[in-house]
Amino acid sequence: MEAYISLFVKAVFIENLALSFFLGMCTFLAVSKKISTAMGLGIAVMVVQTLTVPVNNFIYNALLKEDALSWLGITGVDLSFLALLSFIGIIAAMVQILEMILDKYFPALFHALGIFLPLITVNCAILGGSLFMLERDYDFGESVVYGVGSGLGWALAIVVMAGVREKLKYSDIPDGLRGLGITFITAGLMSLGFMAFSGIQL
Amino acid sequence: MKAETKKVLVDPLVDNNPITLQVLGICSALAVTSQMKTSIIMAIALTAVVACSSAAISMVRNHIPSSIRIIVQMTIIASLVIVVDQILKAFVYDISKQLSVFVGLIITNCIVMGRAEAYAMKNPPWDSFVDGIGNGLGYSLILLIVAFFRELLGAGKLFGIEILKLTKDGGWYEPNGLMLLPPSAFFIIGLIIWAFRSWKPAQVEAPDYKISAIAHGEGGHH
Repeated sequence: MEAYISLFVKAVFIENLALSFFLGMCTFLAVSKKISTAMGLGIAVMVVQTLTVPVNNFIYNALLKEDALSWLGITGVDLSFLALLSFIGIIAAMVQILEMILDKYFPALFHALGIFLPLITVNCAILGGSLFMLERDYDFGESVVYGVGSGLGWALAIVVMAGVREKLKYSDIPDGLRGLGITFITAGLMSLGFMAFSGIQL
Repeated sequence: MKAETKKVLVDPLVDNNPITLQVLGICSALAVTSQMKTSIIMAIALTAVVACSSAAISMVRNHIPSSIRIIVQMTIIASLVIVVDQILKAFVYDISKQLSVFVGLIITNCIVMGRAEAYAMKNPPWDSFVDGIGNGLGYSLILLIVAFFRELLGAGKLFGIEILKLTKDGGWYEPNGLMLLPPSAFFIIGLIIWAFRSWKPAQVEAPDYKISAIAHGEGGHH
């Protein structure tokens, strides 16, 4: 249990996907102008991340890993090079399914998320989460925790960023730095702040 | 070279740079730039993928039903990335380890999808190929500038060769450790954007909110 908690804290703060691995930066910079939209996107990413990381973990272990097909009586087959293709396929499929479920049962949430849902497919934070899960060899339980934690970390980062940017628009910024430039500098400062967590020993 | 082709190739370098202006493909631009070597491999890998995927998508563009086009584009891109990933693992294994997940993340690199969607779906294969190369080069330019500063100031080296002699080896340069940490990449890109926009004022964004001047004599009363 303790291992899970430390993994969770690590995924949310120390190894924050947005601020220490720069994943999902495109959407992070593009959709962080207002807190409310940032919050919607953050929740959507969290949900998708929580679903896709464990599912990808299962698919990888059951179908793609070396000798994983032995339960079918096939041995000596290593399909791990297909990981990239199947992960992105699963992410696209999960997002599609989620969209249909939300549309049918939770129309209010569906409309709140709007255009962001389909865009999540191409959010690098989602694919990145699955690839980190693969690289670090998480088992199924760990992948669930990692999925929730990394999603929450990303959501936290974008909401904080939106909070800063809402105030930032009233400040007098040099012409060339206005908009994108100052957003980068702000993200850098936030990332510096998040580095303070890296001293935590778990 | 035709004028149109040249324009497609050169435009993305400064005037319509994918990173500083279109805000695409930033994730990997930040993460792999602590060394020149990894960034140059990443730049080549991305340029190859963008160019080939744009050409491939443009070849089949008239046969893709628009409702499933994203899936088709994704599959083409993912297959190309798998090829690149396997090549890197076969020939430069240690660099491919350092790049870790970021080679795989070329799939979701918005430059690739963005160019496929915005250019390759509407233009013939050769132009799309050149457009892919152009955008790949625009990306590479920023990547290499960032990596140049980070490696030079952070470790006193370029491509692993010592340029500034460090104090711990008896030289004069005290390395700036911040440059090797993630936040420095944000700062450097922010400054590059500032530099580009001071050079080309047309790229400056309009302010969301204007401070209006207080009319004369009105200031002190309230």
